[in-house]
Amino acid sequence: MILTLLDRLNRRRAWLRWGLLAAGLLVAFGLPWTLYPPVATDIVCWGLFAVAFDLLLGHAGLLSFGHAAFWGTSAYGTGLIAIHSGVPFYVAVLGGTAAAAMLALPIGYLAVRRSGIYFAMITLAFAQMVYFVTNQWRDVTGGENGLQGIPRTLPGFDLSNSFVFYYAALPVVLLGLLAAWRIVHSPFGRVLAAARENPARVRALGYPADHYKLVIFVISAFLAGLAGGLYAVNHGFASLQEVYWTTSGKVAMMTILGGIGTLWGSLVGAAAIVRLEDWLATAGFEATGLVTGVIFIAVVLIFRRGIWGTITHLLRARAVAPVPQIEPHLEHDHDELQPTPTN
Amino acid sequence: MKQSQAILVTRHLSKDFRGFRAINAVSLRVVAGTVHALVGPNGAGKTTLFNLLTGFLKPTEGHVVVAGHDVTGHSPERIARLGVARSFQVTSLFPKVTAREHVELALQSGTGLGRIFWRTDRLMRRFSDRAVELLDEVGLARLAERPAESLPYGQKRALELAIALALNPKLLLLDEPTAGMGLEDVDRTTALIARVRAGRTVVMVEHNMSVVGSLADTVTVLQRGEVLVEGPYEEVKAEPRVIEAYLGAHVA
Ligand SMILES: Nc1ncnc2c1ncn2[C@@H]1O[C@H](COP(=O)(O)OP(=O)(O)OP(=O)(O)O)[C@@H](O)[C@H]1O
Ligand SMILES: [Mg+2]
Repeated sequence: MILTLLDRLNRRRAWLRWGLLAAGLLVAFGLPWTLYPPVATDIVCWGLFAVAFDLLLGHAGLLSFGHAAFWGTSAYGTGLIAIHSGVPFYVAVLGGTAAAAMLALPIGYLAVRRSGIYFAMITLAFAQMVYFVTNQWRDVTGGENGLQGIPRTLPGFDLSNSFVFYYAALPVVLLGLLAAWRIVHSPFGRVLAAARENPARVRALGYPADHYKLVIFVISAFLAGLAGGLYAVNHGFASLQEVYWTTSGKVAMMTILGGIGTLWGSLVGAAAIVRLEDWLATAGFEATGLVTGVIFIAVVLIFRRGIWGTITHLLRARAVAPVPQIEPHLEHDHDELQPTPTN
Repeated sequence: MKQSQAILVTRHLSKDFRGFRAINAVSLRVVAGTVHALVGPNGAGKTTLFNLLTGFLKPTEGHVVVAGHDVTGHSPERIARLGVARSFQVTSLFPKVTAREHVELALQSGTGLGRIFWRTDRLMRRFSDRAVELLDEVGLARLAERPAESLPYGQKRALELAIALALNPKLLLLDEPTAGMGLEDVDRTTALIARVRAGRTVVMVEHNMSVVGSLADTVTVLQRGEVLVEGPYEEVKAEPRVIEAYLGAHVA
C-alpha cells in the first residue's frame, strides 16, 4: 500500500520533471527570438557559469571567490587558440576549458584543505594573481586593450550572424548543464552532499573528503571554463574584466539570487542579472552595478531561498500535503520511539 | 599474553588543549576479540581518546598502533579504511538524508562506487537490501525512509550503530551507544553488541554499568585524562578508588 502510494507520488513528480525540462528547452531554443541574440548568448554563458559555481557552493558547500580565474583563463585561452590556429571554435573552447581545469588543480589542491572564509580568501588570492599576470603579459594578452579579434570559425558555416551563433553555442551549454545534473545525481554527488552536511562523519566512513572536494572544484572550473570560452567567442574579444574579481562576485550574486543548491535556479539568476544589466545599459544608466546590487539585496532579504528556491519550496509544501495518508502507519510507532532518559 | 594479540595499542598518548592536558600518558592494550569498556566521570577524556584513536585529533605526544600499523597522525579516512569504525557521542548524521541512505553510504564506502560521478545514483540501490537488513537489526526497519533529523534521539543512536556495523569493522569504537535510549532499546542494543562482537573487537564508552557488566571483558577507568584502574569488571567495580572517583556518583 505504502509502495503504491509512494510510486504514484514519484510518478507525479516524474511528470513534473519532464514538463519542466520541456519548458526549459522551449525557453532555451526560443531565447534569441525574444531577445537581442548576443544578449541571449550571454545569458546561457553566464547561466552555465553560475551552475558551475553552484556545483561548488550549493553542493559541496565551498564558496569560491576566485571563479573569474577559470572563466577568464578559458576566455583568453580560447581566444588565443582561435586567433593563432584557426581551428573550429568548438576546439578552441575545449582548449581554453582544459587550461582552466588545469589551473584549478593546484589552486583547488591548496584551497580545499580549508573551508569557509579561508577557502574564499585563497581562491580570491589566486584569482588576483591570474589577473595580475594577464594584465602584465601584454604581448600575449593585449593587457588593458584585451584580446581583440577572436574569430567564430566553423568550416562550412557562417557564424558572423549572432542569431546563428547562438544555436551553435547552445548545444555546448546544454551538454555542460547535463553534466552538472548528472554529477549532482551520481554516487559521487551523494557522497559530496553528505560531506557538505557533515564532513567529519563522511571521513569516519572512510571517504577522503578532500579528494572529493578537489574533484568537484576541478569540474566546476571546467564548466566555468566552457562558459568563459563561449563568452569570448560570442563577443569576439576577451577583456581584463573576465579575470577581474567583480566577475567572481557577479557569478556568486547570480547563484544566490537564483537559489543556492538549486542548480537550475542559477540559470534564472543569471538571466535576471544579464537582462537587467542590458536593460539598464540601453536605458543609459551609469551605475548599473549599484542598481543590480540593491535589487539583489532586496530579493535576497525577502526570499531567503532565492527565486528558484522559493518557488520549489512553495510547490513542495503543497506536494507534501497528501503525505499524511502514508504517515499514520509510521506515526503509530511513535509512542514506543520516544526516548526515555536512563541512568 | 602475546603482543600479537593486541589489535589496538596506545603508547604514552597525551593530548593538550592550549595547555590543558586532556589525556595524559595513556598506554592501552586492547586484546583482539574482546569487548573493552572505557568508563570514567564526565570530562575524563574518553571522547578525546576516541578522537585520538580515529585521527580526528593529533596527539601531542605518543603513538597509536592499529593492527600493527602505526597510525599516529593519519587522517580519519585512512584509519577508517584499516577497518576501524566509530560512532559519535554527539549524534553525527546527515540531517536531510534518510536512515536507509545513511547505511547505503556506509556500505558503499569500501566499494569505490562513490568516486563515480558520470553515472546515476540509482546504482546505490544495490545496497538497499543489506541496508534495510542492518536497520532491522537495530530496530529501525520501519523508519528506513525517514530523514535523520526527524528521528527521535534514541533512534538516532541506533542509526549510528547501524552505520558503524555497515562498515563491517574489525575494530568497533562506540561512544555511549545507549545514551538517551529507553530501557527496551538499551536491552536490544546490548544484545545486538553481544551478537556483533563475534569476530570483532569492541571498545565502548559507556555510563550504564549494567551494560558494561554484561558485555565487557576488560574495563579501563579513566580519570582526569589518566588511567586509574584496569581489569575485569568485577575487580574494577570493587576497587575503592573507582567507587570514589566514579561509580559512587552513578550507582549509589
Ligand atoms: N576541542 C577541545 N578543546 C578544548 N578542550 C577540550 C576539547 N575537547 C575536549 N576538551 C576538554 O577535555 C576534557 C575531556 O573531554 P572529553 O569530551 O574527552 O570527556 P569525556 O570523558 O568524553 O566526557 P563525557 O562523559 O561528558 O562525554 C574536558 O575537560 C573537555 O572540556
Ligand atoms: Mg564523551
